[in-house]
Amino acid sequence: MVKQLAKVVEVLIVALALCVSVVAKAADAQAIRVGAIFAVTGGAANLGGPEAKTAEMLVEKINKEGGINGQKIELIVKDSGGKKENAVSLAKQLIEEDKVLAIIGPSTSGETMAIKNICQENKTILLSCAAAEDIVNPVASYVFKTPQKDSDAVRRIFQVMKAKGIKRIGVITSNDGFGMAGGKQLANLANLAGITIAISEAYDTQDTDLTGVLTKVKGQDVNAVVNWSIVPAQSMVAKNMKQIGLDVPLFQSHGYGNIKYVQAGGEAANGTIFPCGRLLIAEQLPDNNPQKKLLVEYKKDYESRYKEDVSTFGGHAYDALLILVEGIKKARSTDKEKVREAIENIKGLVGTAGIFNFTPQDHNGLGMDAFEMLTVKDGKFVIYKN
Amino acid sequence: MNLPQVVQYCFAGITVGSIYAIVAIGFNIIYNATGIINFAQGEFLIVGAMLAISFNHFVPLPVAIFLAVVLTTIIGGLVEIVFIRQVRNPSVLRLIVITIGISILMREAMLHIWDEKVRSLPYFTGTGVSTVTILGAHISPQVLWVLGVSAVIVMGLTPFFRFTLTGRAMRACADDRMAARLCGINDRWMVTLSFMLSAGIGALAGCVISPITQTQYDMGASLAIKGFTVAILGGLGNSMAAVAAGLMLGLVEAFVMSQFDVAYKEAVSIVILLLVLVFRPSGLFGKREIAAMRTL
Repeated sequence: MVKQLAKVVEVLIVALALCVSVVAKAADAQAIRVGAIFAVTGGAANLGGPEAKTAEMLVEKINKEGGINGQKIELIVKDSGGKKENAVSLAKQLIEEDKVLAIIGPSTSGETMAIKNICQENKTILLSCAAAEDIVNPVASYVFKTPQKDSDAVRRIFQVMKAKGIKRIGVITSNDGFGMAGGKQLANLANLAGITIAISEAYDTQDTDLTGVLTKVKGQDVNAVVNWSIVPAQSMVAKNMKQIGLDVPLFQSHGYGNIKYVQAGGEAANGTIFPCGRLLIAEQLPDNNPQKKLLVEYKKDYESRYKEDVSTFGGHAYDALLILVEGIKKARSTDKEKVREAIENIKGLVGTAGIFNFTPQDHNGLGMDAFEMLTVKDGKFVIYKN
Repeated sequence: MNLPQVVQYCFAGITVGSIYAIVAIGFNIIYNATGIINFAQGEFLIVGAMLAISFNHFVPLPVAIFLAVVLTTIIGGLVEIVFIRQVRNPSVLRLIVITIGISILMREAMLHIWDEKVRSLPYFTGTGVSTVTILGAHISPQVLWVLGVSAVIVMGLTPFFRFTLTGRAMRACADDRMAARLCGINDRWMVTLSFMLSAGIGALAGCVISPITQTQYDMGASLAIKGFTVAILGGLGNSMAAVAAGLMLGLVEAFVMSQFDVAYKEAVSIVILLLVLVFRPSGLFGKREIAAMRTL
């Protein structure tokens, strides 16, 4: 009798457990699933690290404030290690198994290009945090990107060069997706700006010293050097130029936006000129700047929480989530097609990189004014003035 | 090309070559004692540099480097005792695969301890912009430090392996472990010692090159590949040959860079390696008979 009773109780407990788990699942299904692919480790970890931290921080904040249209966000972060093949399998996993509404990331241009078609074919929104123009040109209806355009960065650099009377430049790029895309834009736009590229060289991202390639540049009598790469070459270039006595202005890409690179470059970094979003100089902005409030707040939140300096890369993830949330709010739905359409029609959304105005043809939404020219003075970023 | 330019290319070659050379030395020590290639050598470099960078926040640079070298030496010994010594049937291939595993383990551990950021030690003399000018071309004083430290290490190692009892005992272990044991050599201790020595020298190398190359948790592998290439080029087991081969490869790369697209320099160094492996498997400076004996 006692034994039988025990059995009944056991069955009841199992049944109850099942019920609870079903209810829990149902509650979970209410949440909006958002995938994220970031290079948290590996060579591009300086991008993916702040991106993942920012996304987690922002999702927590949104959920604390009650979510979007009453629904919470469930963020699923995957680490690609900066590798294309990982990005591809993670994207498939997020789409097929986790059935996410949208994917934020990947961190690098190469990874994004590898999964662009997968997202388009599976009608899953992709909000890339990588810079290359190829991501949104040609436009794929489900693919967006949040960093400013390479071509606008190049245009801004050429503007400054013109003002400084620089005519003949040397270009060095890293031989990865970011460097190659930048090199292409520089080559395409130089003629238009009346600037001659005397020499253009690509070096290996693993190179431990760049004096060799810079010696070659020096032999061409250039008025300025443009370097298009991410770490650690960015800080090496400045040092190596000074070491071989190549005393011309150094321009870097918008990938230079992290005070750590300046610190790694030491005093050689002073005078480096580069285009960048306004996040790094948020406090220096005039009070009437529409971005100032958001930038200062994000900077404060991030730096107090993670005890490290904010970088523009985290900002790209911030913008990606912001755009997605705005799209879902406007669409009043979590239907992929409706959200996608809503994002295409976002106008005047203030983000960290600039003010986004999307159209069906422009899936980046940022103009040239999203860039401010910055320079390094006494180891700090300041706004560049002619 | 005018003279200063040629000299400048040479300096660029020497800079890169000196880095290859100092990395290659570490490979030779463990090879001399065990006949295996330690693929975790690059990680020893990075661990050493990372430790020195952390210590340098509290103590002056020379003390920080000294502590880092000592600590990495201990880590090297522990790695051997924990992983290598436990292998029941230590064939060369098995041991090499284990060192690859160790390298991955150390890399991930460093990611967790120090995160993904790029760091570097300060320049030993002057700053990032100070240079020494010779014949109208410039070279960073740090490169002279790298060359100097390599020279000191080589000058210490060569007599150690040739003339001291411990050094000769280590080489005996690599040649024929069983015979060495029959002669009364404590072979296990010799292998441990070789790991400690190469870890310590690796740490020193990592510290000296850190101002030039900067230090990031995952840089070990790419440094190790070049160092390994150079060690083979020179002839495995011979530290002096490694330095010569390193400088040579650096200069060849700089010359290729000056005449062709920069992208070709990697291809050229691999072609050189293949040619050497085909025509002089014992390395440029190695003796054929020795190589033949080793493969027995």
